[in-house]
Amino acid sequence: MNADQFETVVVETDLLILGGGMAACGAAFEASFWAKKHNQRVTLVDKAAMERSGAVAMGLSAINLYLGLKHGKNSVEDYVNYVKTDLMGIAREDLVANIARHVDSTVHLFEKWGLPIWKDEDGNYVNEGRWQIMIHGESYKNIVSEAAKNALRNLGENGSYYERIFITEPIMFEDRCAGAVGFSVREQKFYIFKAKAVLDSMGGAVHIFRPRSVGEGLGRSWYPPFNSGASTYFALKSGAEMTCQEVRFVPVRFKDAYGPVGAWFLLFKSKATNARGEDYMVTRAAELEKWAPYGTAKPTPANLRNYLMLLELEDGNGPIYMRTEEAIRELVAQIPDPKEAKRKLRELESEAWEDFLDMTISQALNWASHNIMPEEVPSEIAACEPYFISSHSGASGAWISGPEDLAAEGHFWGYDNMTTVKGLFAAGDASGASSHKFSSGSFTEGRIAGKAATAFCVDHPDRVEMDPARLDELRTRILKPLAVFEEHHGYTQDEDVNPHFIKPKMFMFRLQKIMDEYAGGASVGFKTSAALLTKGLEYLQFMHEDAEKLAAADLHELMRCWENVHRLWQAESHIRSVLFREETRWPGYYFRTDHPEMKQEWEAFANCRWDPDTREWSTVKRPL
Amino acid sequence: MPSFVITEKCDGCKAQDRTACQYICPNDLMVLDKEKNKAYNRAVEMCWECYSCVKICPTQAIEVRGYADFMPLGAVVQPLRSTESIMWAVRFRNKTVKRFKFPIRTTEEGSIEPDAGFSCGNEELKGPTLRTEPESLGTDLYRK
Repeated sequence: MNADQFETVVVETDLLILGGGMAACGAAFEASFWAKKHNQRVTLVDKAAMERSGAVAMGLSAINLYLGLKHGKNSVEDYVNYVKTDLMGIAREDLVANIARHVDSTVHLFEKWGLPIWKDEDGNYVNEGRWQIMIHGESYKNIVSEAAKNALRNLGENGSYYERIFITEPIMFEDRCAGAVGFSVREQKFYIFKAKAVLDSMGGAVHIFRPRSVGEGLGRSWYPPFNSGASTYFALKSGAEMTCQEVRFVPVRFKDAYGPVGAWFLLFKSKATNARGEDYMVTRAAELEKWAPYGTAKPTPANLRNYLMLLELEDGNGPIYMRTEEAIRELVAQIPDPKEAKRKLRELESEAWEDFLDMTISQALNWASHNIMPEEVPSEIAACEPYFISSHSGASGAWISGPEDLAAEGHFWGYDNMTTVKGLFAAGDASGASSHKFSSGSFTEGRIAGKAATAFCVDHPDRVEMDPARLDELRTRILKPLAVFEEHHGYTQDEDVNPHFIKPKMFMFRLQKIMDEYAGGASVGFKTSAALLTKGLEYLQFMHEDAEKLAAADLHELMRCWENVHRLWQAESHIRSVLFREETRWPGYYFRTDHPEMKQEWEAFANCRWDPDTREWSTVKRPL
Repeated sequence: MPSFVITEKCDGCKAQDRTACQYICPNDLMVLDKEKNKAYNRAVEMCWECYSCVKICPTQAIEVRGYADFMPLGAVVQPLRSTESIMWAVRFRNKTVKRFKFPIRTTEEGSIEPDAGFSCGNEELKGPTLRTEPESLGTDLYRK
């Protein structure tokens, strides 16, 4: 494929929304309304088809963030306290509160748009846990994306969306983010999007660490394999300050197929035990005191529940089981009438299977392939590999402005959700220190950011001019893997093995190996140290050099090349931040063997930044 | 191989430029072999088993064979998705079959009106009130 034959397409807009997942759809929905009133253009760019793109592509069986404010069920403060405790004290209260105060409105819209939410006899939502409500969510993303598309459509010629365009780099103009460049994965077209404000909402990062399954099961990551670190890369390359890049998430899920455990723990009140049937949350309760005040709070933070399980495995007490058979037996035993009990058993069975079929179909296939009936036998659970997902129980993302009325001193700089770079906003997995947003909160945060970014466009009506030479340079750089392949592939018989280049797949495997072995991956029990991290960082520098020799035979592979460059930057910011925070604060996510305790001096944010002018990294501690 | 295409059933979406599975795959894996006029999954180790291709295929030519590195052979989980509900057939390795049906949507496809009948009570671009609020919240907006 000849890079010179690419057509260059220039799209001019006002607000550019990057991504097509929950946060991006929320932004499109919200911004369309304000843009119409203030005569602004809104453009959304998705790497896939919005109908089934992003983390909710497969569907979901629950909405994990709903407060029930109108019924006085919970308060915004309750939610902030819960999130802060779960993250061992590290959360931006203003950001969490801002999402929490709006999220019910989002859920009510979802219901009106057609999302089936479980109801009890009185017509109230059925709670799975305190903050979680149950849904029939197979078509969750179809519904939400339809609303976003219709909102853009109502803007007339000022609203548009592009699918199958892969965004690679920001366009900078002086100290401002003025757009983005990318390419079509369907046609030979290079895209330049010029904008007044840009929203970075391209999801979290998967396949940074080596997964536990490395054959076909490589793709069965818990978070989707198509979330490849684009958000972090885009923010870093713009020069934005990042926060909590050390706060990865290690989910504990049903082993191998990674089916959800939330319904089992919360709705069915199931326990997890070691092989001897001991509940390690009880037998190891004393360990939690070491991590007070968070360890002794209720509910126990996710990372500490993981940690107690990891200690069991270290002592050779595995496998670890979800006692599905006991949970079902106890629920059915509560019903004295045998006929009614039988009906209840059928209902529970259907609910258990729907939980998987709505959001992790592989887990249903895994049960069927092992002849597992959950009412009869327990199922293994395990800690997955680490992920970067600030919308769940991780926290990595851009350091953003809070809302004027809720932000602490120094945490508001003009526009909600704007990064430290003028005109660049972030939401969903792209913004940090505001964990537990989940699907509804990510959509909500997209709304907040979409409105604020529209206000930025109105306040900055000046058109940003860009240097055509710089754009040409970007085009050449982005299409380079095609040129590298074109120039050298004839040299060898096997197009994947060539001394002049590296294909993206092996590049990814090398990154995963380094991260797993040096940065505390699953195979080393999530343990690392300054010595290991420093060595890992050294190996990443070779990867930066080899990134110049990435080769792509076609458009699909060109996307894979850039996804893995994005992953490399996500990885580097992680190693640098883990190195910077000299303590262990989330022992079930990673453990610093050289600093095995939590330290008072680290009740703070660990932020990092890459400077586009000097090309140097820096780290800084910010107070809570 | 996670999702696979049954040769006999695939008609290449009647030689359109793009097949339905190619349109929908969130990871850009499904492609049309133009010579054979059949679709295939080009990188099975990157397949999430999200079933988007299975659900959208107009000739039901796509199924999933569980990841061979941890699933024994023999199980099939197959959906049939309509506009309002989805039916699942789960066939175990030991041939047990379970069927489930779940609703997927309460409104007609394409009918969504973004505001959903809620009005916007405050039109200040700089204030914290979002589109459709406070009506869609059902209560006043929280302020410190």
